[in-house]
Amino acid sequence: MKIIISNSSPDPIYEQVTRQVKGQIISGELREGDPLPSIRKLAQDLQISVITTKRAYEELQKEGFVDAVEGKGSFVAMQNKELLREKKMKLVEEKMSEAVDEARLLGITLPELREMLTLLFKERD
Amino acid sequence: MTNAIEINGLRKEYKGFTLEDVTFDVPQGYIMGLIGPNGAGKTTIIKLIMNLIRRDAGEVRVFGLDSRHHEPEIKSRIGFVYDVPRFPEDLRLRTIASALSAFYARWDDRRFRALLDEFQLSPRQVFKKLSHGMKMKFSLALALAHDADLILMDEPTAGLDPVFRFELLTKLRALIQDERKSVLFSSHITSDLERVADFVTFIHQGRIIFSAAKDEILESWGVVRAATDGLQPGDVPGARGFRRTEHTLEVLTADLDAARRSALPGAVFDKASLEDIMFFISKGNAHA
Repeated sequence: MKIIISNSSPDPIYEQVTRQVKGQIISGELREGDPLPSIRKLAQDLQISVITTKRAYEELQKEGFVDAVEGKGSFVAMQNKELLREKKMKLVEEKMSEAVDEARLLGITLPELREMLTLLFKERD
Repeated sequence: MTNAIEINGLRKEYKGFTLEDVTFDVPQGYIMGLIGPNGAGKTTIIKLIMNLIRRDAGEVRVFGLDSRHHEPEIKSRIGFVYDVPRFPEDLRLRTIASALSAFYARWDDRRFRALLDEFQLSPRQVFKKLSHGMKMKFSLALALAHDADLILMDEPTAGLDPVFRFELLTKLRALIQDERKSVLFSSHITSDLERVADFVTFIHQGRIIFSAAKDEILESWGVVRAATDGLQPGDVPGARGFRRTEHTLEVLTADLDAARRSALPGAVFDKASLEDIMFFISKGNAHA
């Protein structure tokens, strides 16, 4: 698990931790069942407060990315529906931004692009 | 949560200074920073915990025991690091250590030697020949070698170079890995605490301003800035202090979210650092 904390980021430190862990789970760098470092170990490594780290892990748990096993530590959770949906949303977003880039190159305006999208969307109904 | 230290309604009166109604806990397994400007009462609190001075009222419990009635037992489990370590000047470090080791049941001589090594000190060195930083390192080595359950430090980073300050803070983080040991250290260097402390207690003029999880403080407190003509300190929700310059009014708030929501004309909002909080409360115009 690789985490880098920025001191000048406007985002709270716990959010920087959760975002990076999520990113690594979605990208597949961290896989189902992989152990996460203990809260205290991670706090020490990152030189941050134990409470910050605890909060980050609690968020990850709440969102279903991580399972906490009493006395054993935290592990990457089985990928749930929400997680998969988020993963796929990201994919859609990527494809759409590709489309936007192409459209801009051709000088297609936003209303024109929107119309194209609407037509394509309705075709499939 | 078990507490390493519990302080309740503590009071100590000096001529011209009163420590009043001081109440806070240091949870076991965490690092608590005690911050405040010079003369706020930080050292007085630490001396009261160590039972070095008499309290006028209140209660101090360390490891669940009353600090007056169980003094020897408590002290054998505390590693106390003074801001200016004092030991017999002409003695060698090993002599000081072997004299002190008799008081500690869990003294570990191998660990002591290893720490000296790590801190690049020699047991043969004479105390008075050490620099201030080296004295602090020696003091810390003593505290760690007797496996203290609570490390109590009064301004440990004052007068230290950044390299050793970093080393010290890293050591403290490593120390609390086992969830059993706790740290209370006072400092007016807030940047040292900003990252490493789990909890922060802020004291000003002998009174506690807040004692809370550091994240909670850093997320809720903020500074609002606006042109002087458009804003009064009282307009800002949660205002706790302000500073007026010719063109700008700066207001410290304990509730940045509420301040943001209150649609103050032309105002900008920033999170407050511990230094901001200390500055506005002690040097700005307090506004309760």
